[in-house]
Amino acid sequence: MSLTAADVAEIMRLLEQSSFDELTLEMEGIKLSLRRGVAAERSENAPAVAAITPVAPKAKDDAKAPAPADPNLQDVVAPLLGTFYRSPKPGAPPFVEVGAVVEEDTVVAIIEVMKLMNTVRAGVRGKVAEILPTDGALVEHGETLLRVRK
Amino acid sequence: MAIRRILIANRGEIAARIIRTCRKLGIGTVLATSEADRDSVPARLADRAICIGPARPGESYLKVETIVHAALGTKSDAIHPGYGFLSERAPLARLCESEGVIFIGPTAAQIEAVGDKLRARAEAEAADVPVVPGGAVASQEEALALARKIGAPLLVKAVGGGGGRGMKLVQQIEDLPAAMQLASAEAGAAFGDARVYLERFVASGRHVEVQVLGDGAGHVIHLGERDCSVQRRYQKLIEETPAPDLTDELRSALHAAAVRFAQRLSYRGAGTVEFLVDRARDAFYFLEMNARIQVEHPVTEAVTGVDLIAEQIAVAEGMGLRLAQSDIRSRGHAIECRVNAEDPDHDFRPSPGKVLEASWPTGEGIRVDTHIASGSRIPPFYDSLMAKIIAHADDRPAALERLSRAIAGTRITGVVTNLSFHTRILSEPRFRAGGVDTGYLAELARHG
Repeated sequence: MSLTAADVAEIMRLLEQSSFDELTLEMEGIKLSLRRGVAAERSENAPAVAAITPVAPKAKDDAKAPAPADPNLQDVVAPLLGTFYRSPKPGAPPFVEVGAVVEEDTVVAIIEVMKLMNTVRAGVRGKVAEILPTDGALVEHGETLLRVRK
Repeated sequence: MAIRRILIANRGEIAARIIRTCRKLGIGTVLATSEADRDSVPARLADRAICIGPARPGESYLKVETIVHAALGTKSDAIHPGYGFLSERAPLARLCESEGVIFIGPTAAQIEAVGDKLRARAEAEAADVPVVPGGAVASQEEALALARKIGAPLLVKAVGGGGGRGMKLVQQIEDLPAAMQLASAEAGAAFGDARVYLERFVASGRHVEVQVLGDGAGHVIHLGERDCSVQRRYQKLIEETPAPDLTDELRSALHAAAVRFAQRLSYRGAGTVEFLVDRARDAFYFLEMNARIQVEHPVTEAVTGVDLIAEQIAVAEGMGLRLAQSDIRSRGHAIECRVNAEDPDHDFRPSPGKVLEASWPTGEGIRVDTHIASGSRIPPFYDSLMAKIIAHADDRPAALERLSRAIAGTRITGVVTNLSFHTRILSEPRFRAGGVDTGYLAELARHG
Protein backbone atom coordinates (compact mmCIF):
# COMPACT_ATOMS: atom_id res chain seq x y z
CA MET A 1 0.00 0.00 0.00
CA SER A 2 1.28 3.44 -0.80
CA LEU A 3 0.16 7.02 -0.73
CA THR A 4 -0.79 8.50 -4.04
CA ALA A 5 0.17 12.01 -5.10
CA ALA A 6 -3.46 13.03 -4.51
CA ASP A 7 -3.32 11.65 -0.96
CA VAL A 8 -0.21 13.67 -0.25
CA ALA A 9 -1.79 16.79 -1.74
CA GLU A 10 -4.82 16.31 0.49
CA ILE A 11 -2.65 15.88 3.59
CA MET A 12 -0.73 19.02 2.65
CA ARG A 13 -3.97 20.91 2.31
CA LEU A 14 -5.07 19.75 5.76
CA LEU A 15 -1.75 20.82 7.26
CA GLU A 16 -2.00 24.21 5.64
CA GLN A 17 -5.45 24.72 7.15
CA SER A 18 -4.35 23.57 10.58
CA SER A 19 -2.49 25.44 13.26
CA PHE A 20 0.43 23.00 13.18
CA ASP A 21 3.80 23.57 11.58
CA GLU A 22 4.89 20.00 11.25
CA LEU A 23 3.23 16.68 10.57
CA THR A 24 4.73 13.21 10.67
CA LEU A 25 2.67 10.30 9.45
CA GLU A 26 3.84 6.71 9.75
CA MET A 27 1.75 3.93 8.33
CA GLU A 28 2.05 0.67 6.49
CA GLY A 29 5.70 0.96 5.61
CA ILE A 30 5.57 4.65 4.74
CA LYS A 31 6.86 7.61 6.66
CA LEU A 32 5.70 11.02 5.50
CA SER A 33 7.10 14.18 7.06
CA LEU A 34 5.62 17.56 6.21
CA ARG A 35 6.81 20.90 7.48
CA ARG A 36 5.22 24.25 6.91
CA GLY A 37 7.87 26.62 5.63
CA VAL A 38 8.35 29.97 3.96
CA ALA A 39 8.99 30.06 0.22
CA ALA A 40 12.68 30.80 0.59
CA GLU A 41 13.22 27.83 2.82
CA ARG A 42 11.20 25.62 0.55
CA SER A 43 13.39 26.37 -2.45
CA GLU A 44 16.50 25.65 -0.41
CA ASN A 45 16.82 22.43 1.43
CA ALA A 46 13.58 22.25 3.39
CA PRO A 47 10.93 21.22 0.90
CA ALA A 48 7.32 21.13 2.03
CA VAL A 49 7.23 17.46 1.21
CA ALA A 50 10.39 16.48 2.94
CA ALA A 51 10.46 12.88 1.96
CA ILE A 52 8.42 9.77 1.53
CA THR A 53 10.88 7.33 2.98
CA PRO A 54 10.02 3.71 3.14
CA VAL A 55 10.60 2.45 6.66
CA ALA A 56 11.40 -1.17 7.32
CA PRO A 57 8.35 -3.10 6.16
CA LYS A 58 6.39 -4.70 8.96
CA ALA A 59 5.96 -8.42 8.57
CA LYS A 60 2.37 -9.16 7.65
CA ASP A 61 0.45 -10.93 10.37
CA ASP A 62 -0.88 -13.52 8.02
CA ALA A 63 2.30 -14.17 6.07
CA LYS A 64 3.74 -17.53 6.93
CA ALA A 65 7.29 -16.27 6.39
CA PRO A 66 8.88 -12.90 5.77
CA ALA A 67 9.76 -11.96 2.20
CA PRO A 68 13.25 -13.10 1.28
CA ALA A 69 15.91 -10.45 1.58
CA ASP A 70 18.16 -12.22 -0.93
CA PRO A 71 17.54 -10.62 -4.35
CA ASN A 72 18.46 -13.88 -6.05
CA LEU A 73 15.62 -15.71 -4.40
CA GLN A 74 12.23 -15.53 -6.03
CA ASP A 75 8.94 -16.57 -4.44
CA VAL A 76 6.52 -18.86 -6.22
CA VAL A 77 3.13 -17.95 -4.78
CA ALA A 78 -0.22 -19.72 -4.74
CA PRO A 79 -2.36 -18.41 -7.61
CA LEU A 80 -5.50 -19.38 -5.67
CA LEU A 81 -6.72 -20.66 -2.33
CA GLY A 82 -6.84 -24.43 -1.98
CA THR A 83 -5.12 -27.54 -0.70
CA PHE A 84 -1.43 -27.76 -1.55
CA TYR A 85 -0.11 -31.05 -2.91
CA ARG A 86 3.51 -31.73 -3.71
CA SER A 87 2.87 -34.81 -5.83
CA PRO A 88 0.42 -35.71 -8.61
CA LYS A 89 -1.25 -38.43 -6.49
CA PRO A 90 -0.87 -39.97 -3.05
CA GLY A 91 2.28 -42.07 -2.84
CA ALA A 92 3.79 -40.69 -6.03
CA PRO A 93 7.14 -38.89 -5.90
CA PRO A 94 6.94 -35.11 -5.45
CA PHE A 95 7.05 -32.84 -8.49
CA VAL A 96 10.18 -31.17 -7.13
CA GLU A 97 12.49 -31.43 -4.14
CA VAL A 98 14.81 -28.82 -2.67
CA GLY A 99 17.80 -28.60 -4.98
CA ALA A 100 15.85 -29.44 -8.13
CA VAL A 101 16.43 -27.30 -11.19
CA VAL A 102 13.22 -25.79 -12.58
CA GLU A 103 12.26 -23.99 -15.79
CA GLU A 104 9.46 -21.43 -16.09
CA ASP A 105 6.96 -24.07 -17.14
CA THR A 106 7.99 -26.81 -14.70
CA VAL A 107 5.00 -28.00 -12.66
CA VAL A 108 5.97 -27.64 -9.01
CA ALA A 109 2.72 -28.37 -7.18
CA ILE A 110 -1.02 -28.92 -7.39
CA ILE A 111 -3.63 -26.81 -5.65
CA GLU A 112 -6.94 -28.54 -5.25
CA VAL A 113 -10.21 -26.61 -4.96
CA MET A 114 -13.27 -28.79 -4.36
CA LYS A 115 -11.69 -31.75 -6.20
CA LEU A 116 -10.55 -29.60 -9.08
CA MET A 117 -6.78 -29.88 -9.54
CA ASN A 118 -4.89 -26.75 -10.59
CA THR A 119 -1.25 -27.10 -11.56
CA VAL A 120 1.22 -24.53 -10.35
CA ARG A 121 4.21 -23.75 -12.54
CA ALA A 122 7.50 -22.30 -11.32
CA GLY A 123 7.30 -19.21 -13.55
CA VAL A 124 11.02 -18.74 -12.99
CA ARG A 125 14.21 -20.52 -13.88
CA GLY A 126 16.56 -21.71 -11.13
CA LYS A 127 17.12 -24.10 -8.29
CA VAL A 128 14.49 -24.80 -5.63
CA ALA A 129 15.85 -23.42 -2.36
CA GLU A 130 12.88 -24.01 -0.09
CA ILE A 131 9.40 -25.56 -0.08
CA LEU A 132 7.23 -23.92 2.56
CA PRO A 133 3.78 -25.49 3.09
CA THR A 134 3.48 -29.09 4.18
CA ASP A 135 1.81 -31.52 1.81
CA GLY A 136 -1.98 -31.31 2.16
CA ALA A 137 -2.02 -27.90 3.85
CA LEU A 138 -4.58 -25.21 3.04
CA VAL A 139 -2.80 -22.35 1.30
CA GLU A 140 -4.14 -18.85 0.80
CA HIS A 141 -4.23 -16.90 -2.41
CA GLY A 142 -0.80 -15.28 -2.69
CA GLU A 143 0.89 -17.47 -0.07
CA THR A 144 4.53 -18.34 -0.75
CA LEU A 145 4.90 -21.97 -1.81
CA LEU A 146 8.51 -22.22 -2.94
CA ARG A 147 11.62 -20.10 -3.09
CA VAL A 148 13.77 -20.48 -6.18
CA ARG A 149 17.36 -19.33 -6.44
CA LYS A 150 17.83 -17.69 -9.82
CA MET B 1 -25.26 -29.46 15.97
CA ALA B 2 -23.38 -26.80 17.88
CA ILE B 3 -21.44 -24.47 15.64
CA ARG B 4 -17.90 -23.87 16.93
CA ARG B 5 -16.38 -21.97 14.03
CA ILE B 6 -17.95 -19.87 11.29
CA LEU B 7 -16.39 -18.84 8.01
CA ILE B 8 -17.67 -15.40 7.07
CA ALA B 9 -17.97 -15.07 3.31
CA ASN B 10 -18.32 -11.31 3.22
CA ARG B 11 -16.59 -8.04 3.97
CA GLY B 12 -17.29 -4.55 5.27
CA GLU B 13 -19.54 -3.62 8.13
CA ILE B 14 -21.60 -6.82 8.00
CA ALA B 15 -18.47 -8.94 8.46
CA ALA B 16 -17.61 -6.91 11.56
CA ARG B 17 -21.23 -7.21 12.73
CA ILE B 18 -21.23 -11.02 12.43
CA ILE B 19 -17.86 -11.29 14.22
CA ARG B 20 -19.28 -9.28 17.12
CA THR B 21 -22.10 -11.77 17.75
CA CYS B 22 -19.79 -14.77 17.26
CA ARG B 23 -17.47 -13.41 19.94
CA LYS B 24 -20.39 -12.96 22.30
CA LEU B 25 -21.43 -16.55 21.68
CA GLY B 26 -17.89 -17.93 21.96
CA ILE B 27 -17.87 -19.05 18.31
CA GLY B 28 -14.56 -18.87 16.41
CA THR B 29 -14.39 -16.81 13.22
CA VAL B 30 -12.53 -17.16 9.94
CA LEU B 31 -12.89 -14.26 7.56
CA ALA B 32 -12.51 -14.91 3.85
CA THR B 33 -10.97 -11.76 2.39
CA SER B 34 -9.87 -10.54 -0.99
CA GLU B 35 -6.41 -9.06 -1.49
CA ALA B 36 -7.89 -5.56 -1.15
CA ASP B 37 -9.35 -6.36 2.28
CA ARG B 38 -6.40 -8.12 3.91
CA ASP B 39 -5.72 -5.19 6.21
CA SER B 40 -9.35 -4.25 6.83
CA VAL B 41 -10.84 -3.79 10.29
CA PRO B 42 -12.89 -7.02 10.03
CA ALA B 43 -9.73 -8.93 9.03
CA ARG B 44 -8.13 -7.73 12.25
CA LEU B 45 -11.22 -8.53 14.34
CA ALA B 46 -11.61 -12.11 13.08
CA ASP B 47 -9.72 -14.93 14.81
CA ARG B 48 -8.22 -15.71 11.42
CA ALA B 49 -8.35 -14.09 8.01
CA ILE B 50 -7.53 -15.99 4.85
CA CYS B 51 -7.05 -14.50 1.44
CA ILE B 52 -9.33 -16.14 -1.13
CA GLY B 53 -8.39 -14.19 -4.23
CA PRO B 54 -7.83 -10.86 -5.98
CA ALA B 55 -9.79 -7.70 -5.27
CA ARG B 56 -12.43 -8.17 -7.96
CA PRO B 57 -15.48 -9.88 -6.44
CA GLY B 58 -15.75 -12.31 -9.37
CA GLU B 59 -12.32 -13.67 -8.49
CA SER B 60 -12.83 -13.81 -4.73
CA TYR B 61 -16.12 -13.13 -2.88
CA LEU B 62 -18.24 -14.69 -5.63
CA LYS B 63 -16.28 -17.94 -5.98
CA VAL B 64 -18.54 -20.63 -4.56
CA GLU B 65 -16.03 -23.51 -4.66
CA THR B 66 -13.25 -21.43 -3.13
CA ILE B 67 -15.48 -20.32 -0.25
CA VAL B 68 -16.60 -23.85 0.56
CA HIS B 69 -13.05 -25.16 0.25
CA ALA B 70 -11.87 -22.44 2.61
CA ALA B 71 -14.55 -23.47 5.13
CA LEU B 72 -13.56 -27.12 4.92
CA GLY B 73 -9.85 -26.33 5.02
CA THR B 74 -10.19 -24.18 8.13
CA LYS B 75 -12.48 -26.71 9.85
CA SER B 76 -15.34 -24.26 9.99
CA ASP B 77 -18.70 -25.89 10.71
CA ALA B 78 -20.73 -23.18 9.02
CA ILE B 79 -20.68 -20.35 6.48
CA HIS B 80 -22.36 -17.01 7.11
CA PRO B 81 -22.85 -15.27 3.76
CA GLY B 82 -23.91 -11.83 5.09
CA TYR B 83 -25.85 -9.86 2.47
CA GLY B 84 -25.05 -9.32 -1.20
CA PHE B 85 -22.28 -11.44 -2.80
CA LEU B 86 -23.25 -15.14 -2.45
CA SER B 87 -25.97 -14.70 0.16
CA GLU B 88 -28.82 -15.40 -2.25
CA ARG B 89 -27.07 -17.69 -4.69
CA ALA B 90 -28.55 -21.15 -4.54
CA PRO B 91 -25.31 -22.87 -5.73
CA LEU B 92 -23.50 -21.91 -2.49
CA ALA B 93 -26.34 -23.19 -0.31
CA ARG B 94 -26.50 -26.35 -2.40
CA LEU B 95 -22.74 -27.03 -2.27
CA CYS B 96 -22.84 -26.51 1.51
CA GLU B 97 -25.69 -29.00 1.72
CA SER B 98 -23.73 -31.63 -0.24
CA GLU B 99 -20.44 -31.03 1.60
CA GLY B 100 -21.90 -31.08 5.10
CA VAL B 101 -21.17 -27.43 5.85
CA ILE B 102 -23.99 -25.56 7.58
CA PHE B 103 -25.24 -22.67 5.46
CA ILE B 104 -26.53 -19.95 7.77
CA GLY B 105 -29.57 -19.06 5.73
CA PRO B 106 -32.48 -20.68 3.93
CA THR B 107 -32.32 -23.85 1.84
CA ALA B 108 -31.18 -23.70 -1.79
CA ALA B 109 -34.76 -24.48 -2.84
CA GLN B 110 -36.11 -21.53 -0.83
CA ILE B 111 -33.51 -19.19 -2.35
CA GLU B 112 -34.60 -20.32 -5.80
CA ALA B 113 -38.29 -19.94 -4.96
CA VAL B 114 -37.92 -16.28 -3.99
CA GLY B 115 -35.18 -15.43 -6.52
CA ASP B 116 -37.50 -15.98 -9.46
CA LYS B 117 -39.85 -13.01 -9.37
CA LEU B 118 -42.70 -14.76 -11.16
CA ARG B 119 -42.48 -17.80 -8.96
CA ALA B 120 -42.41 -15.59 -5.85
CA ARG B 121 -45.52 -13.81 -7.16
CA ALA B 122 -47.26 -17.13 -7.63
CA GLU B 123 -46.29 -18.23 -4.10
CA ALA B 124 -47.64 -14.94 -2.74
CA GLU B 125 -50.95 -15.44 -4.52
CA ALA B 126 -51.14 -18.99 -3.21
CA ALA B 127 -50.51 -17.70 0.32
CA ASP B 128 -53.33 -15.19 -0.09
CA VAL B 129 -50.87 -12.30 -0.06
CA PRO B 130 -51.90 -9.45 -2.36
CA VAL B 131 -49.66 -8.79 -5.36
CA VAL B 132 -49.57 -5.78 -7.65
CA PRO B 133 -52.11 -6.36 -10.45
CA GLY B 134 -50.21 -7.81 -13.39
CA GLY B 135 -48.59 -11.02 -14.47
CA ALA B 136 -46.42 -12.93 -16.89
CA VAL B 137 -46.78 -12.36 -20.59
CA ALA B 138 -45.53 -14.66 -23.32
CA SER B 139 -46.40 -12.55 -26.37
CA GLN B 140 -47.15 -8.97 -27.34
CA GLU B 141 -50.84 -9.78 -27.87
CA GLU B 142 -51.06 -11.22 -24.38
CA ALA B 143 -49.21 -8.21 -23.02
CA LEU B 144 -51.54 -5.73 -24.67
CA ALA B 145 -54.63 -7.58 -23.44
CA LEU B 146 -53.28 -7.64 -19.87
CA ALA B 147 -52.16 -4.02 -20.06
CA ARG B 148 -55.69 -2.93 -21.02
CA LYS B 149 -57.03 -4.81 -18.02
CA ILE B 150 -54.51 -3.29 -15.55
CA GLY B 151 -54.53 0.17 -17.08
CA ALA B 152 -51.61 2.58 -17.63
CA PRO B 153 -49.20 3.60 -16.31
CA LEU B 154 -47.52 0.24 -15.85
CA LEU B 155 -44.12 -1.32 -15.37
CA VAL B 156 -42.35 -3.91 -17.49
CA LYS B 157 -40.09 -5.92 -15.17
CA ALA B 158 -37.48 -8.62 -15.69
CA VAL B 159 -38.26 -11.98 -14.11
CA GLY B 160 -34.64 -12.39 -13.03
CA GLY B 161 -34.11 -8.73 -12.19
CA GLY B 162 -33.89 -6.74 -9.00
CA GLY B 163 -32.80 -3.43 -7.61
CA GLY B 164 -34.61 -1.60 -10.37
CA ARG B 165 -32.56 -3.11 -13.16
CA GLY B 166 -34.35 -4.30 -16.27
CA MET B 167 -37.41 -2.21 -15.43
CA LYS B 168 -39.33 0.08 -17.82
CA LEU B 169 -42.12 2.53 -17.10
CA VAL B 170 -44.86 2.67 -19.73
CA GLN B 171 -47.10 5.76 -19.61
CA GLN B 172 -49.31 4.88 -22.55
CA ILE B 173 -50.36 1.43 -23.67
CA GLU B 174 -49.29 2.07 -27.28
CA ASP B 175 -45.69 2.40 -26.02
CA LEU B 176 -45.81 -1.09 -24.51
CA PRO B 177 -44.46 -3.21 -27.41
CA ALA B 178 -41.29 -1.10 -27.73
CA ALA B 179 -40.73 -1.04 -23.97
CA MET B 180 -41.18 -4.79 -23.76
CA GLN B 181 -38.62 -5.42 -26.46
CA LEU B 182 -36.11 -3.16 -24.77
CA ALA B 183 -36.70 -4.63 -21.29
CA SER B 184 -36.46 -8.16 -22.62
CA ALA B 185 -33.19 -7.47 -24.45
CA GLU B 186 -31.70 -5.75 -21.39
CA ALA B 187 -32.82 -8.52 -19.06
CA GLY B 188 -31.37 -11.17 -21.36
CA ALA B 189 -28.02 -9.41 -21.38
CA ALA B 190 -27.92 -8.60 -17.66
CA PHE B 191 -29.47 -11.69 -16.05
CA GLY B 192 -29.35 -14.34 -18.80
CA ASP B 193 -33.14 -14.50 -18.60
CA ALA B 194 -35.15 -12.48 -21.13
CA ARG B 195 -38.55 -13.16 -19.55
CA VAL B 196 -40.54 -10.10 -18.50
CA TYR B 197 -43.83 -9.46 -16.73
CA LEU B 198 -46.20 -6.53 -16.30
CA GLU B 199 -47.28 -4.74 -13.16
CA ARG B 200 -49.45 -1.76 -12.36
CA PHE B 201 -47.27 1.27 -11.62
CA VAL B 202 -48.09 2.59 -8.18
CA ALA B 203 -47.43 6.32 -8.42
CA SER B 204 -47.23 6.99 -4.71
CA GLY B 205 -45.98 4.01 -2.81
CA ARG B 206 -44.13 3.42 0.41
CA HIS B 207 -41.58 0.66 0.83
CA VAL B 208 -42.48 -1.21 4.00
CA GLU B 209 -40.91 -4.56 4.80
CA VAL B 210 -41.47 -7.13 7.52
CA GLN B 211 -38.70 -9.03 9.31
CA VAL B 212 -39.46 -12.70 9.77
CA LEU B 213 -37.74 -15.68 11.39
CA GLY B 214 -38.62 -19.23 10.44
CA ASP B 215 -37.55 -22.60 11.84
CA GLY B 216 -37.64 -24.35 8.47
CA ALA B 217 -40.55 -26.53 9.54
CA GLY B 218 -43.40 -24.11 9.01
CA HIS B 219 -43.19 -22.13 12.23
CA VAL B 220 -42.68 -18.41 11.53
CA ILE B 221 -42.69 -15.29 13.68
CA HIS B 222 -42.36 -11.63 12.67
CA LEU B 223 -40.34 -8.89 14.33
CA GLY B 224 -42.31 -5.94 13.07
CA GLU B 225 -41.87 -3.79 10.00
CA ARG B 226 -39.34 -1.29 8.67
CA ASP B 227 -40.10 1.70 6.48
CA CYS B 228 -37.39 2.08 3.81
CA SER B 229 -39.07 4.64 1.56
CA VAL B 230 -36.15 7.08 1.57
CA GLN B 231 -34.41 5.66 -1.48
CA ARG B 232 -32.29 6.98 -4.26
CA ARG B 233 -32.46 4.93 -7.45
CA TYR B 234 -33.76 1.97 -5.46
CA GLN B 235 -30.89 2.23 -2.99
CA LYS B 236 -32.15 2.66 0.55
CA LEU B 237 -30.64 5.52 2.49
CA ILE B 238 -32.68 5.85 5.68
CA GLU B 239 -34.72 3.14 7.39
CA GLU B 240 -36.89 3.22 10.47
CA THR B 241 -39.19 1.18 12.62
CA PRO B 242 -42.06 1.30 13.32
CA ALA B 243 -43.23 2.68 9.97
CA PRO B 244 -44.76 6.10 10.67
CA ASP B 245 -48.31 7.00 9.80
CA LEU B 246 -49.80 3.54 9.20
CA THR B 247 -53.16 2.47 10.57
CA ASP B 248 -53.05 -0.38 13.08
CA GLU B 249 -55.16 -2.48 10.70
CA LEU B 250 -52.73 -2.04 7.81
CA ARG B 251 -49.73 -2.71 10.05
CA SER B 252 -51.23 -5.93 11.39
CA ALA B 253 -52.26 -7.00 7.90
CA LEU B 254 -48.68 -6.51 6.65
CA HIS B 255 -47.26 -8.60 9.51
CA ALA B 256 -49.78 -11.38 8.95
CA ALA B 257 -49.19 -11.43 5.17
CA ALA B 258 -45.40 -11.71 5.66
CA VAL B 259 -45.84 -14.60 8.08
CA ARG B 260 -48.25 -16.38 5.69
CA PHE B 261 -45.78 -16.03 2.82
CA ALA B 262 -42.83 -17.39 4.82
CA GLN B 263 -44.99 -20.19 6.25
CA ARG B 264 -45.95 -21.29 2.78
CA LEU B 265 -42.24 -21.78 1.96
CA SER B 266 -41.50 -23.33 5.40
CA TYR B 267 -38.86 -20.65 5.42
CA ARG B 268 -35.68 -21.26 7.43
CA GLY B 269 -33.76 -18.46 9.15
CA ALA B 270 -34.02 -14.69 8.92
CA GLY B 271 -35.76 -13.15 5.93
CA THR B 272 -37.57 -10.02 4.89
CA VAL B 273 -40.82 -9.74 2.98
CA GLU B 274 -41.03 -6.44 1.11
CA PHE B 275 -44.28 -4.68 0.35
CA LEU B 276 -45.36 -1.65 -1.57
CA VAL B 277 -47.95 0.32 0.37
CA ASP B 278 -50.25 2.09 -2.07
CA ARG B 279 -51.10 5.35 -0.36
CA ALA B 280 -53.94 6.31 -2.68
CA ARG B 281 -55.79 3.02 -2.17
CA ASP B 282 -54.64 2.33 1.41
CA ALA B 283 -53.68 -1.12 0.11
CA PHE B 284 -50.44 -3.10 0.01
CA TYR B 285 -48.83 -5.47 -2.44
CA PHE B 286 -46.09 -8.08 -2.16
CA LEU B 287 -42.86 -6.97 -3.84
CA GLU B 288 -40.29 -9.67 -3.06
CA MET B 289 -38.66 -11.63 -0.33
CA ASN B 290 -35.01 -11.17 0.62
CA ALA B 291 -33.65 -14.49 1.78
CA ARG B 292 -30.85 -13.13 3.98
CA ILE B 293 -30.01 -10.70 6.72
CA GLN B 294 -30.74 -7.12 5.60
CA VAL B 295 -28.46 -4.10 5.79
CA GLU B 296 -31.11 -2.33 7.88
CA HIS B 297 -31.63 -5.14 10.44
CA PRO B 298 -30.22 -3.05 13.35
CA VAL B 299 -33.34 -0.88 13.65
CA THR B 300 -35.36 -4.02 14.35
CA GLU B 301 -32.75 -5.16 16.86
CA ALA B 302 -32.87 -1.76 18.56
CA VAL B 303 -36.60 -1.83 19.27
CA THR B 304 -37.01 -5.57 19.96
CA GLY B 305 -33.72 -6.26 21.75
CA VAL B 306 -33.30 -9.41 19.63
CA ASP B 307 -29.87 -10.18 18.14
CA LEU B 308 -30.92 -11.35 14.68
CA ILE B 309 -27.50 -12.80 13.83
CA ALA B 310 -27.63 -14.91 17.00
CA GLU B 311 -31.10 -16.14 16.04
CA GLN B 312 -29.86 -16.99 12.53
CA ILE B 313 -27.09 -19.06 14.10
CA ALA B 314 -29.49 -20.78 16.51
CA VAL B 315 -31.82 -21.78 13.66
CA ALA B 316 -28.82 -22.99 11.64
CA GLU B 317 -27.76 -25.13 14.60
CA GLY B 318 -31.16 -26.78 14.47
CA MET B 319 -32.42 -25.23 17.68
CA GLY B 320 -35.55 -23.98 15.97
CA LEU B 321 -37.10 -20.72 17.07
CA ARG B 322 -36.12 -19.75 20.59
CA LEU B 323 -38.68 -16.97 20.60
CA ALA B 324 -42.45 -17.13 20.43
CA GLN B 325 -44.46 -14.35 18.80
CA SER B 326 -45.54 -13.20 22.26
CA ASP B 327 -41.86 -12.75 23.26
CA ILE B 328 -41.44 -10.06 20.61
CA ARG B 329 -42.18 -6.67 22.08
CA SER B 330 -41.26 -3.49 20.33
CA ARG B 331 -40.15 -0.54 22.43
CA GLY B 332 -39.71 2.98 21.12
CA HIS B 333 -38.54 4.09 17.68
CA ALA B 334 -35.29 3.48 15.79
CA ILE B 335 -33.89 5.19 12.68
CA GLU B 336 -30.81 4.29 10.66
CA CYS B 337 -28.74 6.37 8.26
CA ARG B 338 -26.40 4.71 5.80
CA VAL B 339 -23.15 6.61 5.63
CA ASN B 340 -21.71 6.13 2.15
CA ALA B 341 -18.45 7.29 0.62
CA GLU B 342 -20.17 9.22 -2.15
CA ASP B 343 -20.43 12.83 -3.10
CA PRO B 344 -23.94 14.31 -2.83
CA ASP B 345 -22.79 17.41 -4.70
CA HIS B 346 -21.65 15.41 -7.72
CA ASP B 347 -24.54 13.06 -8.42
CA PHE B 348 -23.51 10.77 -5.57
CA ARG B 349 -20.45 9.52 -7.38
CA PRO B 350 -18.41 7.07 -5.30
CA SER B 351 -15.48 8.51 -3.43
CA PRO B 352 -13.14 5.61 -2.66
CA GLY B 353 -9.76 6.20 -1.08
CA LYS B 354 -8.05 6.42 2.22
CA VAL B 355 -9.94 7.62 5.29
CA LEU B 356 -7.61 9.94 7.18
CA GLU B 357 -9.77 10.41 10.20
CA ALA B 358 -12.90 8.57 11.25
CA SER B 359 -14.54 9.62 14.45
CA TRP B 360 -17.90 7.91 15.01
CA PRO B 361 -20.54 9.09 17.45
CA THR B 362 -21.28 7.46 20.79
CA GLY B 363 -23.91 8.06 23.41
CA GLU B 364 -27.15 6.77 24.82
CA GLY B 365 -29.32 5.10 22.20
CA ILE B 366 -26.65 5.36 19.50
CA ARG B 367 -25.24 2.35 17.68
CA VAL B 368 -22.70 2.46 14.89
CA ASP B 369 -22.02 -0.58 12.69
CA THR B 370 -18.86 0.12 10.72
CA HIS B 371 -15.69 -1.30 9.24
CA ILE B 372 -13.96 2.04 8.92
CA ALA B 373 -11.39 3.48 11.32
CA SER B 374 -8.82 6.21 10.83
CA GLY B 375 -6.43 5.00 8.13
CA SER B 376 -8.90 2.50 6.59
CA ARG B 377 -9.11 2.18 2.86
CA ILE B 378 -12.30 2.15 0.85
CA PRO B 379 -11.40 0.05 -2.20
CA PRO B 380 -13.12 0.97 -5.46
CA PHE B 381 -14.23 -2.62 -6.12
CA TYR B 382 -17.11 -2.80 -3.66
CA ASP B 383 -20.11 -0.79 -2.44
CA SER B 384 -19.49 2.53 -0.76
CA LEU B 385 -21.18 1.76 2.57
CA MET B 386 -18.93 2.99 5.36
CA ALA B 387 -21.21 2.73 8.35
CA LYS B 388 -24.74 2.66 9.63
CA ILE B 389 -25.63 5.06 12.40
CA ILE B 390 -28.67 3.92 14.34
CA ALA B 391 -30.53 6.00 16.92
CA HIS B 392 -33.08 4.52 19.31
CA ALA B 393 -35.33 6.51 21.64
CA ASP B 394 -38.78 6.41 23.23
CA ASP B 395 -40.49 8.03 20.26
CA ARG B 396 -39.79 9.23 16.71
CA PRO B 397 -39.04 12.90 17.48
CA ALA B 398 -36.57 11.87 20.18
CA ALA B 399 -34.92 9.33 17.85
CA LEU B 400 -34.65 11.98 15.12
CA GLU B 401 -33.07 14.37 17.58
CA ARG B 402 -30.54 11.76 18.71
CA LEU B 403 -29.69 10.80 15.14
CA SER B 404 -29.22 14.44 14.06
CA ARG B 405 -26.86 15.03 16.97
CA ALA B 406 -24.96 11.82 16.24
CA ILE B 407 -24.48 12.83 12.62
CA ALA B 408 -23.34 16.29 13.63
CA GLY B 409 -20.80 14.61 15.91
CA THR B 410 -19.38 12.37 13.18
CA ARG B 411 -16.12 13.41 11.61
CA ILE B 412 -14.72 11.82 8.47
CA THR B 413 -11.82 13.24 6.48
CA GLY B 414 -9.98 11.93 3.44
CA VAL B 415 -13.06 10.77 1.52
CA VAL B 416 -16.29 12.57 0.66
CA THR B 417 -19.37 11.25 2.44
CA ASN B 418 -23.12 11.75 2.23
CA LEU B 419 -23.33 12.97 5.86
CA SER B 420 -24.36 16.47 4.80
CA PHE B 421 -27.20 14.98 2.76
CA HIS B 422 -28.44 13.07 5.80
CA THR B 423 -28.38 16.26 7.85
CA ARG B 424 -30.51 17.89 5.19
CA ILE B 425 -33.09 15.10 5.09
CA LEU B 426 -33.35 14.81 8.87
CA SER B 427 -34.25 18.49 9.14
CA GLU B 428 -36.61 18.53 6.15
CA PRO B 429 -40.26 19.10 7.23
CA ARG B 430 -41.88 16.34 5.15
CA PHE B 431 -39.45 13.72 6.41
CA ARG B 432 -39.87 14.99 9.96
CA ALA B 433 -43.63 14.65 9.59
CA GLY B 434 -43.12 10.99 8.60
CA GLY B 435 -44.57 8.65 6.01
CA VAL B 436 -42.88 9.91 2.82
CA ASP B 437 -43.13 7.77 -0.32
CA THR B 438 -40.36 6.32 -2.49
CA GLY B 439 -40.45 9.35 -4.79
CA TYR B 440 -39.48 11.63 -1.92
CA LEU B 441 -35.72 11.86 -2.50
CA ALA B 442 -36.04 12.44 -6.23
CA GLU B 443 -38.48 15.28 -5.53
CA LEU B 444 -36.18 16.71 -2.89
CA ALA B 445 -33.34 16.72 -5.42
CA ARG B 446 -35.53 18.43 -8.04
CA HIS B 447 -37.15 21.09 -5.90
CA GLY B 448 -34.75 21.41 -3.02
